Amino acid sequence: MPFIPHTEDDVKSMLQTIGVDSIEQLFDEIPAELRIDELVGVPDALCEMEITRLMRARSRQDGTPQCFIGAGAYEHHVPSAVWDIATRGEFYSAYTPYQAEASQGTLQVIYEYQSMITALTALDVSNASLYDGASALAEAALMSVRANRKVKTSRVLLAAGVNPTYEKVAHAISGNQGLVFDRLPLDRHTGTTDLAALATYDQEVVALVIQQPSFFGTLEPIDRLTDWAHQRAALVIAVVNPTSLAILKAPGHWGADGADIACGEGQPLGIPLSSGGPYFGFMACEKSLVRQMPGRIVGRTTDLEDKPGFTLTLQAREQHIRRSKATSNICTNQGLMVTGATIYMSLLGQEGLARVAQRSQQNTAQLAAKLTSIKGVTRLFDGPHFHEVALGLDRPVGPVLRALAGQEILGGFDLSASHPELGNALLVCATETKTADDLERYRRALSDILSASRK
Amino acid sequence: MPEKLIFEKSRPGRRAYAQAPALATATDIPAEFLRQDRPMLPEVSELQVVRHYTRLSQLNFSIDTNFYPLGSCTMKYNPRACNALAMLPGLLNRHPLGPVSHGQGFLACMYELQEMLKAVTGMRAVSLTPMAGAQGELAGVAMIRAYHVSRGDHERNEIIVPDAAHGTNPATATMCGCIVRELATGADGDVDIEALKQAVGPKTAGIMLTNPSTLGVFERRIIEIRRIVNDAGGLLYYDGANLNAILGKVRPGDMEFDVIHMNLHKTFSTPHGGGGPGSGAVGVGKRLRPFLPIPVVGRSDTDGSYHWLTEKDLPQSIGRLSGFMGNAGVLLRAYVYMRMVGRDGMRRIGEFATLNANYLQSRLRAAGFELAFPERRASHEFIITLKTMARTLHVTAMDVAKALLDEGLHAPTTYFPLLVPECLLIEPTETETREALDRFADAMIAIAERAKSDPASVQGAPYKMPVRRLDDVKAARNLDLAWRPEPRPEL
Repeated sequence: MPFIPHTEDDVKSMLQTIGVDSIEQLFDEIPAELRIDELVGVPDALCEMEITRLMRARSRQDGTPQCFIGAGAYEHHVPSAVWDIATRGEFYSAYTPYQAEASQGTLQVIYEYQSMITALTALDVSNASLYDGASALAEAALMSVRANRKVKTSRVLLAAGVNPTYEKVAHAISGNQGLVFDRLPLDRHTGTTDLAALATYDQEVVALVIQQPSFFGTLEPIDRLTDWAHQRAALVIAVVNPTSLAILKAPGHWGADGADIACGEGQPLGIPLSSGGPYFGFMACEKSLVRQMPGRIVGRTTDLEDKPGFTLTLQAREQHIRRSKATSNICTNQGLMVTGATIYMSLLGQEGLARVAQRSQQNTAQLAAKLTSIKGVTRLFDGPHFHEVALGLDRPVGPVLRALAGQEILGGFDLSASHPELGNALLVCATETKTADDLERYRRALSDILSASRK
Repeated sequence: MPEKLIFEKSRPGRRAYAQAPALATATDIPAEFLRQDRPMLPEVSELQVVRHYTRLSQLNFSIDTNFYPLGSCTMKYNPRACNALAMLPGLLNRHPLGPVSHGQGFLACMYELQEMLKAVTGMRAVSLTPMAGAQGELAGVAMIRAYHVSRGDHERNEIIVPDAAHGTNPATATMCGCIVRELATGADGDVDIEALKQAVGPKTAGIMLTNPSTLGVFERRIIEIRRIVNDAGGLLYYDGANLNAILGKVRPGDMEFDVIHMNLHKTFSTPHGGGGPGSGAVGVGKRLRPFLPIPVVGRSDTDGSYHWLTEKDLPQSIGRLSGFMGNAGVLLRAYVYMRMVGRDGMRRIGEFATLNANYLQSRLRAAGFELAFPERRASHEFIITLKTMARTLHVTAMDVAKALLDEGLHAPTTYFPLLVPECLLIEPTETETREALDRFADAMIAIAERAKSDPASVQGAPYKMPVRRLDDVKAARNLDLAWRPEPRPEL
């Protein structure tokens, strides 16, 4: 019996203590017509040796190709210490710190995490994390409706470069509460929001969402967009990549007054790609908005003897107290992922994270230069980029990516499905994990594929 | 504070050199986009980091170190193999947008997990994307809404929720744009059928039920409840928080629930991780199948290969709830767990979770503790109320909880469900030995004795933890939510 420790004697004496003849009798309150005798469809048990063999085969089947895909999830070096420590049983198998005195480890980690997120975003407060970047934007949009009492609308405006999946997720999560999402047009030369459209946009909006770097890796004119939104009494929600914040302007410094809320995908901070999760969403805001923030928050306080310690705080916002009037139904944070990210940020430090950001930016610039030296490959957008670049191909992207995958190179994200108006477009990313040889290997493979099919 | 903050160990210029790539040459990003300051991340060595976080871990209680009978949370053993195998390189490093040609191994696990979850719940189809129980609830109620709207039934926006329910239930209904109608619980712990008859009507969208309920008892009149709600045109939502209790014995699909969310971090033993990540897969019956959140894993009839089902395949879907496909790594852990437990083991989970709960309940009852529902069988958890102790000795459920910590035992859930005064909700789970249960019972008996002989000593607990009882009021009043460097003293 996997993981059940009872001996026959245990069972006998326990049943005796309860005063029943069999375990079966303990289920006598369940209507007989609902009972089942067997679970058809669940296979027989495997022992650890057998499941290990199976999972190793499955892991090998998926291979270890070279990955140049970004589009919201980024391959970075993860120091060995991160998951060695985060998967210690004391972190891994603990639960939400309801009993603060027996959870000071988790609570202090979260307090340190909140401190680091406020440092990266240059905002006052952070929560203990949300599920992922996309759902964090949904929560930020809902928060902006609660917080912005100056306007009477549930219309949220998105800058042109917001990840299209984030918009879908925000709509799925918040649409039933009446939130509507509108999007500013893209300037086809710069790959950023078309500023000319601002002058003619005449709808009232509760918030403007600006993603920096944009989904295309380009850099939005954050200062102008922020000031424009604030002049219209809209809040500004920044969707940011945490790695980039080591070198790019922090949301708290955008425009004259700074963004009001920042959120984003925490995965680049030491979280493995792992097919899309578990990741974590981060969220920070100005102090005046903290009571509208969803999710758990840890605060520092003192104990009976005046010693400092940590506890969950501002719980009056949360579902277990406020029930139907809570700021969100969210219950957990992504505790384990935040533990990993906090260790990652400590190991990298301000210098290390800046180097990761710069090296990724430079590798991507070099990759773009190499690939655009191939006939039939062009850059789609002018202007500065962070660590992703959109390229145009002279033919459909799908078959090219399949040919590259055949050589164990995952060549990027095919933009033609999400952005058909851009034509045959491909989004590539090269983080600090790529060497000059890797970039050259990609160039050569792409060059061969394009010239072979041209012949 | 037993451990300084990592920031207080920082020294300018110190680094973990092995972790940063070599310096890159200057970027071509114009100054207007760059930050002028350096973010205040700590400057520490690798050993300092390792020691700091290892020591912090040692301040925690956890399943691996302590008995953890936190009611409604199912704190059972998390097998180490589940973690090790989810972190194999081909699975760990797979990009979520990678081609299916490089994901057949992963997708096979996900497809088989969907099939196994269908089998244990009796539902017709499963989507694995919700990232926590609360998000599974959101998906479930959104599907119920979408179903009614698709039939032109726009007025159905009331969700009936028993007063004993988890707070997530009413909060979710609100997030889905619904109105909550709370339903009273009868004295025996079952739903008040007369109240239910009054509550249903042409605006009823559905009812959210946890069965066994949060009161630790099986809802015996479930068939009657189903008929009343169905006759009124409403759908049935099953909150799978307590699925562990009935695994292999009864299936929500056989009770004809339309939708269920499962907490894989409870029933299928994925780690709680200090409060997440969870995973809240949803299962549906025939009526809600078209509305499942995407993506779902499909299998080709012709060559057996796996692929994603998206908007194109499920045009009525409530949409996407995460950036990619949800908490894939958690799902892999659940998959490994279910394969290791297997068909027969699944049944035994429900049986031994129930045996352990009833045994502990019997021991505590024999020692004089007052059960909230003394006439009922415990399911996998049960409630005791300390209202008499609180009234006569002024020792509260919270005091007893803190005293348990000093015994090396994590406290049960306190003050939930809200309708039982001074309650402890106790869930031992199936992976605990009889000796562990006896130790807990003995500790409870000793604390109750001490509450009589020396109440102040219980009121003052804990004594052996890294901190004494913390000032929650101060935490909420003088908000200190992030560390800032001390301002330099004025010269």
